Amino acid sequence: MTVYFTDQHEWVSVDGDIATVGITTHAAEQLGDVVFVELPAIGKVVAARKEAAVVESVKAASDVYTPVSGEVVEANDAVAGEPAKVNEDPEGAGWFFKVKLSNHEDLANLMDKAAYDAFVASNG
Amino acid sequence: MAEPKKTQLNALHRELGGKMVEFGGYDMPVQFPTGVLKEHLHTRAACGLFDVSHMGQGALMGDGVAGALEELVPGAIQELKPGQTRYTLLLNDKGGIRDDLMATRPLGDDAFRTLFLVVNAGTKDADFAHITAHLGGRYEINRFEDRALLALQGPQAAAVFARHCPEAATMKFMTAAKLKVMGLDCYVWRSGYTGEDGYEISVPGDAAEDFARKLLAEPEVLPIGLGARDSLRLEAGLCLYGHDLDETTTPVEAALTWAIGKRRKMEKNFPGADIIMNQLFDGATRKRVGILPLEKAPAREGTQIRSEAGETIGIITSGGFGPTVNAPIAMGYVPPAFAEDGTPLQLVIRGQARPARVAPMPFASHRYYRG
Repeated sequence: MTVYFTDQHEWVSVDGDIATVGITTHAAEQLGDVVFVELPAIGKVVAARKEAAVVESVKAASDVYTPVSGEVVEANDAVAGEPAKVNEDPEGAGWFFKVKLSNHEDLANLMDKAAYDAFVASNG
Repeated sequence: MAEPKKTQLNALHRELGGKMVEFGGYDMPVQFPTGVLKEHLHTRAACGLFDVSHMGQGALMGDGVAGALEELVPGAIQELKPGQTRYTLLLNDKGGIRDDLMATRPLGDDAFRTLFLVVNAGTKDADFAHITAHLGGRYEINRFEDRALLALQGPQAAAVFARHCPEAATMKFMTAAKLKVMGLDCYVWRSGYTGEDGYEISVPGDAAEDFARKLLAEPEVLPIGLGARDSLRLEAGLCLYGHDLDETTTPVEAALTWAIGKRRKMEKNFPGADIIMNQLFDGATRKRVGILPLEKAPAREGTQIRSEAGETIGIITSGGFGPTVNAPIAMGYVPPAFAEDGTPLQLVIRGQARPARVAPMPFASHRYYRG
């Protein structure tokens, strides 16, 4: 399974046609304690780089953008019910939603782990 | 924009890992590594130390000082007893709120010649300019810019502070005294803006860092940032100037009529008294209320409020997640017909109307020490 990263601090893990999306450990640390997550409805068609979910800390709300286009096939009810899971394991159990990829080309523009870590380091 | 100013504790905030943001013209910690949620809960459970040195401290002095301040505020300042503090409001000629502030008559001021004032950071220069413009020729006005201001808040604040200042233990809520703390000449108030028991302490600026370190060395105490200060005051139903209060909002609209003195209502001689007295008798067109979103999504400042019928009726002025309530909480302005507790409302969050209702404040009970 390959994991890609965006400059908006999402990760996407691809297994065949199914892409799992979440926010990066860096994003979770920057947000602080997550108190609310709003996930897309199953069946919703989302477009790459558009808002697909919302994550909120005590202080502020942030959009989560989907790195890839396609139909939402699953949403992680566990994080909706217990938003603290996003901080506990942002790049694992704290995933947000799964998309059935409509365009594999979307992945071409994303960063690998090394590139993302360098991006975070260069942006403070 | 000008470079943000620094309080006397700026280096300490950075050393403690504070995440710094600009607030009220100052470089301030929004949170420490503990995080907003735990800082909030720790303050409610134990004790938190807040740097509020960005706020404006000063004194107004001269014969008849209380009557003079009353030219600018609706509070009953002449009735203040020595050592007593009162929350009051600087008003403009239309009855709009220029700022909210604390006015204190010092202990021992038997001739009533002195008032200590503590005003908001973002408005302090305008406040003191306004006071000077009206009272400057007749009264001496000093700003204490060389003093820091710290708030020690929470159910264990009294026990912690008693180790450094036993005399403060018996002080009651909204009283003040000049006391020696750690050998320093401090001004101590039994007050705060979290809804909890606690103190606010004016400390000589050059000793403030050492003073803060000694309080932080107490096992109950954690440093708390502005993020938790905001969620604590919102749960306590307290207003944030520039958000819940501004120059276009009167004390009646803001549900702060309790801050208008009884005698002042009879005399009707405070700024904007005509407008405010009319609102007191006939009602205002809007009122500040507590609002509980009924779903999990927090409603942030600026969120549109609709009636159940879908008509736009108001706006959220403060909103977020209340860690102690463990749910979203908010305050906002609605017409009086929608201001009764329990009134169903809708909040438009990300384009979607979501259910809410008017709710009594505070959202978390006040736990002040009244003796």
